[in-house]
Amino acid sequence: MSPLQETQRLKNQTTLPNTVQTTVLKPTAKFIDLLSSLVPGFLITLAVGFMTLFLVLPLAVIFIEAFKLGIVEYFKSFQDPSAWHAIKLTLIATGISLPLNLVFGIAAAWAIAKFEFVGKSVLITLIDLPFAVSPIISGLIFVLMFGLQGWFGAWLAERDLQIIFAVPGIVLATIFVTFPFVARELIPLMQEQGSDEEQAAISLGATGWQSFYYITLPNIKWAVLYGVILCNARAMGEFGAVSVVSGHIRGKTNTVPLHIEILYNEYNVVAAFAMASLLALMGLVTLALKTFLEWKVQQDRNTTLEPTLAEVH
Amino acid sequence: MKSRFKQYSVIPGFGITLGYTLLYLTLIVLIPLSALFIQTANLSFAEFWNHVTSPRVVASYRLTFGASLIGAAINAVFGFLIAWCLVRYRFPGRRLMDALVDLPFALPTAVSGIALTTIFSKHGWIGRYLEPLGIKAAYSPLGVVIALTFIGLPFVVRTLQPAIEELEKEAEEAAASLGANRFQTFIRVILPTVFPALLTGFALAFARALGEYGSVVFISGNMPGRTEITSLLIITKLEQYDFAGATAIAVVMLVVSFAILLSINLLQWWFSVGRRRVA
Repeated sequence: MSPLQETQRLKNQTTLPNTVQTTVLKPTAKFIDLLSSLVPGFLITLAVGFMTLFLVLPLAVIFIEAFKLGIVEYFKSFQDPSAWHAIKLTLIATGISLPLNLVFGIAAAWAIAKFEFVGKSVLITLIDLPFAVSPIISGLIFVLMFGLQGWFGAWLAERDLQIIFAVPGIVLATIFVTFPFVARELIPLMQEQGSDEEQAAISLGATGWQSFYYITLPNIKWAVLYGVILCNARAMGEFGAVSVVSGHIRGKTNTVPLHIEILYNEYNVVAAFAMASLLALMGLVTLALKTFLEWKVQQDRNTTLEPTLAEVH
Repeated sequence: MKSRFKQYSVIPGFGITLGYTLLYLTLIVLIPLSALFIQTANLSFAEFWNHVTSPRVVASYRLTFGASLIGAAINAVFGFLIAWCLVRYRFPGRRLMDALVDLPFALPTAVSGIALTTIFSKHGWIGRYLEPLGIKAAYSPLGVVIALTFIGLPFVVRTLQPAIEELEKEAEEAAASLGANRFQTFIRVILPTVFPALLTGFALAFARALGEYGSVVFISGNMPGRTEITSLLIITKLEQYDFAGATAIAVVMLVVSFAILLSINLLQWWFSVGRRRVA
């Protein structure tokens, strides 16, 4: 009799409470107990196996391929000037898009969380919009605006200005794909925190700026950092959108991910994985910080949710 | 009394923050996105239809939607398993595993693309064992499925984790004490409760997979009509200066992904209404 039939039989036989059942049908019940005790181990093994296959192996292969020919070859990959240029361009694009989206995120969260106005939920949906747009389309829309056949194409060409296939296009595409990161972290948190504390500060004579700096900022600092970390990871790693607007000019408009693509397609595997290892390292640091910050943000949530000022009203 | 647009508040800064938000949103997101639709509107319907239903394009839809669906389905099964283990069991390495789930978010797509290709190609760590079995993983539709499974995993796990945490163990114990076996408890008690979260995670993974580019282009081999995903086809059309074709296909993909995300929101709203009624 198969275990399945056995359980079926067991179930049909008994309407007695569990304890009675084990005493009456000792051998089979013991077998089922044994099977049950094996279930967690089996499930965990399966889960760990799947994660090893799909997450650990890809991560491991990056570093193993990068160091395949030894540490000297690994560092040789960075002597190529176009590699340095790609790193520089990635840092520039990130360095511009990060502060812009940070200021926007804080402004948007302030307007949405501290005030009641018509059309708020529509605004929140619109802010999330770039997440719904695929990377290729995120690049395409800027080509349609600033490309030679685009809206401003002729106007820009007359003035000898180039946005597409140049650095400004890469920056624009990066800003677009990382647009919601800070805002979407801050909006729900600041909505939860409400505006009681700021109202108290203002009524005690603080200026708006003071109440933001001394009251709001300490409450949201971990969430701000969390948003910035995610924004940074995406900005440094964006491939599709940047690929559309970049034009792939070596040493000119290549970011690190685009440079990896070129090296890989030239069968320069060690150099490709050496560059990739930089981004993978960035990804791992992001994961570690993210885990730490999630814990911190949760603490912020818990402390601010306690009714401190609510009792005054 | 100010207008009815905004309720009165003592807190300053409404005008400037909202104004800046709207300006920045319009410049960075709304105007560029509208370019896509306005450029498409320049096409006649017949032209548009020709662009979006040519055989090569339809083949790319079939691959993109099919592989995304399979990838999301694999993630629904294994994502559930992983979320369940992370929430219900305590074992060494659990926290590390929990953090690692987000790896596909943190790892740039180009990096995961070349890593997966290396593993699954003919001489790769896994590919070499699949090759004798006659399974071609890299440079085949299977490769597309592998890449899309990789990038979709965190969506399912992260939406399921809170739902599994909320499950009441008492309900499972009650089911067991009434004579249900583990399988019955799973089908009748656990699955119906977490189903909304599972469906949401599935849909999010599916929506993400539809637009994915970086991790797929390396492993797919990009053969027109066979392993060419729609995102790549848009790029190819752009490189051939076929702006109208690229734009038309992009509009189709964008509308589809908006529709999926809208239905996710409706679904969640519907389930939350249902839950409130029960409570």
